[in-house]
Amino acid sequence: MDNKEMINGIEVKTTKKRSQLAEIWRRLKKNKLAMVGLGILIILVLFAIFANVIADYDDVAIQQNTAIRRQGPSSSNWLGTDHLGRDIFARIIHGSRVSLLVGFVAVGFALIIGGLLGAIAGFYGGRIDNTIMRIMDVFLAIPSILLAIAIVAALGGNLFNLMIAVGVSSIPRYARIVRASVITVKDEEFIEAARAIGATDSRIIRKHIIPNALAPVIVQGTLGVAGAILSTSGLAFIGLGIPKPQPEWGAMLSDGREFLRHAPHITTFPGIAIMITILSLNLLGDGLRDALDPRLKQ
Amino acid sequence: MDDNKILEIKDLVVHYITDEGVVEAVNGFNVELNKRETLGLVGETGAGKTTTALSILRLVPNPPGKIISGDIHFNGENLLEVEEERMRQIRGNQISMIFQDPMTSLNPVMTVVEQIAEGIRIHQEVGAKESIERAETMLELVGIPKERANNYPHEFSGGMKQRVIIAIALACNPSLLIADEPTTALDVTIQAQVLELMRDLKKEFSTAMILITHDLGVVAEICDKVAVMYAGEIIEYAAIEDLFEEPKHPYTVGLFGSIPSLDKNVNRLDPIKGLMPEPTDLPSGCKFHPRCPHADPICSKQDPLTTDVGGNHQVRCLIYEGLVEPKEVL
Amino acid sequence: MTEAILKVAGLKKYFDTPKGLLHAVDDINFEINKGETLGLVGESGCGKSTTGRLILRLLKATDGSVSFEGKDIINMGKKDLARMRREMQIIFQDPFSSLNPRLSVSEIIGEPLIIHKIGDQDKISIQKEVSRLMDTVGLSQSLINSYPHELDGGRRQRIGVARALSLNPKFIVADEPVSALDVSIQAQVLNLLQDLQEEFGLTYLFITHDLSVVKHISDTIAVMYLGKLVEKAPSSALFENTMHPYTKALLSAIPIPSLKVKRDKILLKGEIASPINPSPGCRFAPRCPYRMDKCDNIDPELVEIEKDHFVSCFLFDK
Repeated sequence: MDNKEMINGIEVKTTKKRSQLAEIWRRLKKNKLAMVGLGILIILVLFAIFANVIADYDDVAIQQNTAIRRQGPSSSNWLGTDHLGRDIFARIIHGSRVSLLVGFVAVGFALIIGGLLGAIAGFYGGRIDNTIMRIMDVFLAIPSILLAIAIVAALGGNLFNLMIAVGVSSIPRYARIVRASVITVKDEEFIEAARAIGATDSRIIRKHIIPNALAPVIVQGTLGVAGAILSTSGLAFIGLGIPKPQPEWGAMLSDGREFLRHAPHITTFPGIAIMITILSLNLLGDGLRDALDPRLKQ
Repeated sequence: MDDNKILEIKDLVVHYITDEGVVEAVNGFNVELNKRETLGLVGETGAGKTTTALSILRLVPNPPGKIISGDIHFNGENLLEVEEERMRQIRGNQISMIFQDPMTSLNPVMTVVEQIAEGIRIHQEVGAKESIERAETMLELVGIPKERANNYPHEFSGGMKQRVIIAIALACNPSLLIADEPTTALDVTIQAQVLELMRDLKKEFSTAMILITHDLGVVAEICDKVAVMYAGEIIEYAAIEDLFEEPKHPYTVGLFGSIPSLDKNVNRLDPIKGLMPEPTDLPSGCKFHPRCPHADPICSKQDPLTTDVGGNHQVRCLIYEGLVEPKEVL
Repeated sequence: MTEAILKVAGLKKYFDTPKGLLHAVDDINFEINKGETLGLVGESGCGKSTTGRLILRLLKATDGSVSFEGKDIINMGKKDLARMRREMQIIFQDPFSSLNPRLSVSEIIGEPLIIHKIGDQDKISIQKEVSRLMDTVGLSQSLINSYPHELDGGRRQRIGVARALSLNPKFIVADEPVSALDVSIQAQVLNLLQDLQEEFGLTYLFITHDLSVVKHISDTIAVMYLGKLVEKAPSSALFENTMHPYTKALLSAIPIPSLKVKRDKILLKGEIASPINPSPGCRFAPRCPYRMDKCDNIDPELVEIEKDHFVSCFLFDK
């Protein structure tokens, strides 16, 4: 990794400049399990993006066909059909759009709001900290699924409301993580060092606190996406999700419930889809935890 | 093995096998220790001191650590060959170890007296009551009043915690005590108290000791002989008088030159140039030659042997094999 | 060269803790002459690091004054303070935690130049200045793009020194700069600090717990115990004519790497008392072998016993 560079007119060998991102990627690549997780996730995202190419939404995923209902896997319907004769493979692929979208958007939303609140609380401390965190405590005291149910019930079940519902209930979690990590970083000596060279508050936050406080947040975010997908499915399972007949993994599970004994594939395949997605996110999250810490020498 | 000898380490080689390569942590380590003797193991970070100590207790973390070869004879047994069960009987009972950091080597949710009694109960067939009584006696012996026996570690200061750790280590009356930087984390006035205590107790229990330290001052206070380690090898081994009065190896000489003296005034210190070599990429020949002021081309090719320069003073340097002319009088 | 560059008078720092008021620094006074080194010695918790931070206003003093070249630091406005940062710098003890792990060596050393807009602000000029600084502190140019965790303690500490030097300061607080380093590396860094002092005419406040290091590097030494100065004297006087019982005990406690020189040990009883709500008398009285009755009630002043040799102990009352 050596290259030659001219410094003050003298040619010196320096190690090549590597950006932080390249470093993180280099470390992440070493973790086999994380790469498996990332691979699965990429495939899932590709499926979601090209869902219409793989299986037409109206013709295959929605169109009911009672003639072929509750059929097991076959060459024409790879994962079989559900109780209304719809192709399960197509529905899972189209369902992944909802799950992944809600998962990532809800977590992104919670992360931005929660992160901001947590960062303010952690950096300024004192009364501001107390006020913000007590409000968060109140939120935490309400069971998150209950909160989500309340929001969806009040605003109605559509994609946007689902994202809000799932996101809001995880705001306190991110606020806490960000606050804790900001407080830890704030007390590090290099923050004092930055102050000693005359850095302003905003520079200290941007250059020194945020990059160092981000790692646990990103990790938690990855794991949080898994949680959000599970919540979405949970809500759909109890009938509070996307309006039918749009396919959604939780709703598919719920639909197949009645036929568990005679046609277990109707519930099994969406269940496996949920499991694989969550597993891949967890593997990636664990890998990121190690890769994001520059002090861990590998 | 004569009766007086308690420990003999022969040709010990320990490697750490990591992704980045093989770290030769200890490379051909030879040492003998008699009863009641104290050996100082001196060296800088990464010299292999702690790995050597852990090898004696067979506690080198595996993986990545691996004892490649060698013999460790302790009271007539080869510790590298005995069963794990036998090793457990020896640890804490016949050989015990004091770790560097008094803050983290005590269990925070157990009272100090329980922690001392635990070791006694494991190794000696005594009841709960007697073990507690003996633990209390140990506490008083290290200068902690009995009334504080039921306190938890966080209620003690650093110096007091280190006393508790010494009490735990000596509770079973071991014949060998390994102390890894026991006073490094303490303030000087507290360090003086703890060293004094260790000296007294060593006499009282007639324990042999291996003291690992980077501080030649501590060595002068308490040791009978010294082994100076550099990059996994003992580069000088001598009775304390010989080493302090006539250090032979250029590295040892350099170490003495690096310490600011309280008695002499010098304008500048005379440190060893350069840095410790990368453990995965040790230099060929003599490991010290890139930093040595006397280095000769041959030093990078030939691995020096251990030479006895008289009076059991051993040096590992080509100068004493007559192969290299020192640049100035050593 | 006897002009005082830094004057500290009546400096106090109390921390409010759940158990009471912690007297971290309690009414200390000293001056440092331009180009000289004052060594501030004491054991952990005596307030020496707090003193260093108060002087640089990294902490807000409870009371007292600090003046640097005649300017009042304690009550200085934000703008003036930012300018002052160029004159007064700090080197930290822990070369592991004092460098941001996400910045490269060149980013760390170059940051002060960017903050204070020193020299041309284009990348190449900054890079050039950084490599000049690396040269000054003896860091190989090949490390310019490395990250701190890839380097050993000695090299990291050199980065810390380069960062402090980048602003071309007149005064540097060195807070235990060599305590975390191996002996051979420690000597290299001490020599570097001395060379830099000669080259740039720097003034140091050298904070350490190690009396042999402080003796080697200081012109004047001040000994601190529980927030108070107990003795202050020119380096040679302090070692040849040690007066305060605490200084004596501290000196005798140092293990000396020699068999010929053996000191009589003065083993102190007990450990440092708590600095929270201290008793009115001498802070050292509970451990002092020469304690008198009045030591428990009256706090002795720091008085000049011999020329430039100050001691706060009733044993030397005239």
